[in-house]
Amino acid sequence: MKVLVAVKRVVDYNVKVRPKSDGSGPDLNNVKMSINPFCEIAVEEAVRLKEKGVVTEIVAVSLGEKSSQEQIRTALALGADRGILVETDAELQPLAIAKLLKAVVDKEQPQLVILGKQAIDGDNNQTGQMLAALAGMGQGTFASEVVVEGESVSVTREIDGGLQTVKLGLPAVVTTDLRLNEPRYASLPNIMKAKKKPLDTLTPDELGVDVAPRVKTLKVEPPAERKAGIKVESVAELVEKLKNEAKVIS
Amino acid sequence: MSILVIAEHDNAEINGATLSTVAAAQAIGGDVVVLVAGEGCGAAAEAAGKIAGVSKVLQADNAAYGHQLAENLAELVAEIGKDYGHILAAATTTGKNFMPRVAALLDVAQISEIISVESEDTFKRPIYAGNVIATVQSSDAIKVLTVRATAFDGVAAEGGSAAVEAVDIAKDAGQSEFVKEEIAKSDRPDLTAAGVVISGGRGMQNGDNFEMLYKVADKLGAAVGASRAAVDAGFVPNDMQVGQTGKIVAPDLYIAVGISGAIQHLAGMKDSKVIVAINKDEDAPIFQVADYGLVADLFDAVPELDAAL
Repeated sequence: MKVLVAVKRVVDYNVKVRPKSDGSGPDLNNVKMSINPFCEIAVEEAVRLKEKGVVTEIVAVSLGEKSSQEQIRTALALGADRGILVETDAELQPLAIAKLLKAVVDKEQPQLVILGKQAIDGDNNQTGQMLAALAGMGQGTFASEVVVEGESVSVTREIDGGLQTVKLGLPAVVTTDLRLNEPRYASLPNIMKAKKKPLDTLTPDELGVDVAPRVKTLKVEPPAERKAGIKVESVAELVEKLKNEAKVIS
Repeated sequence: MSILVIAEHDNAEINGATLSTVAAAQAIGGDVVVLVAGEGCGAAAEAAGKIAGVSKVLQADNAAYGHQLAENLAELVAEIGKDYGHILAAATTTGKNFMPRVAALLDVAQISEIISVESEDTFKRPIYAGNVIATVQSSDAIKVLTVRATAFDGVAAEGGSAAVEAVDIAKDAGQSEFVKEEIAKSDRPDLTAAGVVISGGRGMQNGDNFEMLYKVADKLGAAVGASRAAVDAGFVPNDMQVGQTGKIVAPDLYIAVGISGAIQHLAGMKDSKVIVAINKDEDAPIFQVADYGLVADLFDAVPELDAAL
C-alpha cells in the first residue's frame, strides 16, 4: 500500500525563538531550520512499515516556500521514495494546509497518511485532525504504536490518563507522538541517492485550494519573565524558605 | 450569540479543566451552554448543570459518544455548534483530538490553547514553546477555541441550576472503534490540577529511583511528573510528561529534580508560582527559572528533603 507522509520545515528545536523588537512577528533571521521532529518520526514510521513489507511506496509531501525542498530531501534520504512540494510564499494556516493535503490525497489515493501531531513553531496540533475530517477518514492521533492489520489499522494513543487503542478502517490518518519510534540518521550514501529521487512541484492554484488566512496575528510579545531566584546552600535552608518566605508548604 | 462549551467528563463527573473552559467562555461574554456527550452520562450532565454561570446543559447520550471518539463527537458538535458564535473545549488530549475536526467540518480555523481573551474575536496564545505570545484575531463567523486550563481560574463547580435538555442526535461516522484503554491509577492528585508537583528527569537514572519522589509527593500531597528524557528512557509512563507537547502545569510549587531544563520542558511548567530546582550541575538552565536552586546530588538531597518534611 501507499503511504503519504507530511513534513514541515520549522525552526530547529534547539533554537530559543524571540519576538522581533517591533512585535510584528517572531525573529527568524539566520536561525537554523530543520524538519519538524514529529514529522521525522512520521517518516521513520513509514519507512519501518515499508521494511516490514506492509508499505510499498512512501510519498513525502511538504507545503510552503521553495526551501522546503530541503526537508523533502531529508525525508527521501531517510527512505521515502518520492516527494511533492506544494509551493507557495503565502502564509499557510492549518485549515489551508489540511485542504491542500486533502487535494494531494485525492490525487495520490494513499491508504495511510502519517503526520506529526504538532509542529514546534505554531504549536497548533490541528492539521492531521482537519485532514481526516475533510477526507472523511478516521484518525489515530498522538500515536505511540501503529499496527496495520489487513483493511484496518490499530493505533495506540498517548492520552492524558495513559494509553488508548482505537481501530480505524483504511484509509486513515495517523499523527505521531514522541514514543512512536526513534528516527534513524540518514547515511551519506542515502543522502546522495535522495538527490536523484523524483520531486514534483504543485501550486495551491493547480490544486484549486483557497489558502487565504482566517486568523490574523496582531502582535507578538515575549512571555512574562521570571525574576531571577536565589541559590540555597542546603535542604534545611530550602525547606525554611518554602515554609516562611514562599509560604507554599506548611 | 451563545457560547457552546464541550464538557470533558467520564460520564459521571466533570473534569476540572471544563471549569476553566467555562471561565474562558464567560470572559468572552454571552450565554454559556454546556454540551455533555457520552453514554450513560446523566450524572455528568447533572453535574454540569450545577456549574456556576451555565445557562443550559445539552445532554447527548448515545453509544457512539461513549469513548469520546473524535469522528463521532466532531459530527455532533459541528451539527449543534453551527448555531453558536463560539465553540470551546479544554486543550486536553480529548479536546485536541476532536476540536480541529469540528473546525474543519465547519470550514473555520481553530485557535489552539488560548491563554487570554482580549475581545470576542481576539485571543492570546503561546507559540514556539511559549517563548513568543501571539495576539491573534479570527475572521471566521464561528470561533473554535481550545483553552489552556492553567491560564484561567476555574468557575465554581457548584452554585448553578441550569436545566438539562436531551439532544437526540446520533452520529456514528463508522470510521473508528474503541478497542481498549490503559489508564494509570493513582491515589495522588491529577498532575494538571495538583497544587504541588515534583518532577524527575534523566538524573533519576531509573524508574525505581522515582520511589524517592513518590515518598516526598505523598508528604506534600503532590503529583509526580517527569521530563521527556525520563519518559523516553522508559523510567515512567507517558502520562507523566510535563512539557511543550506533554502536560502543561502551573502549580503553586514545582520541584524539578535532576532536570536540566530544556526549552521544551520549561514550556510546560514555567507558569508555576514557585519553582525549585535540585540539580548537581550548577550551569543547568533550569536554575535560570528557579526561585530556589539547590546545587546538590539529588540522591543526597531528596532523602534529606523527605526527612525534613
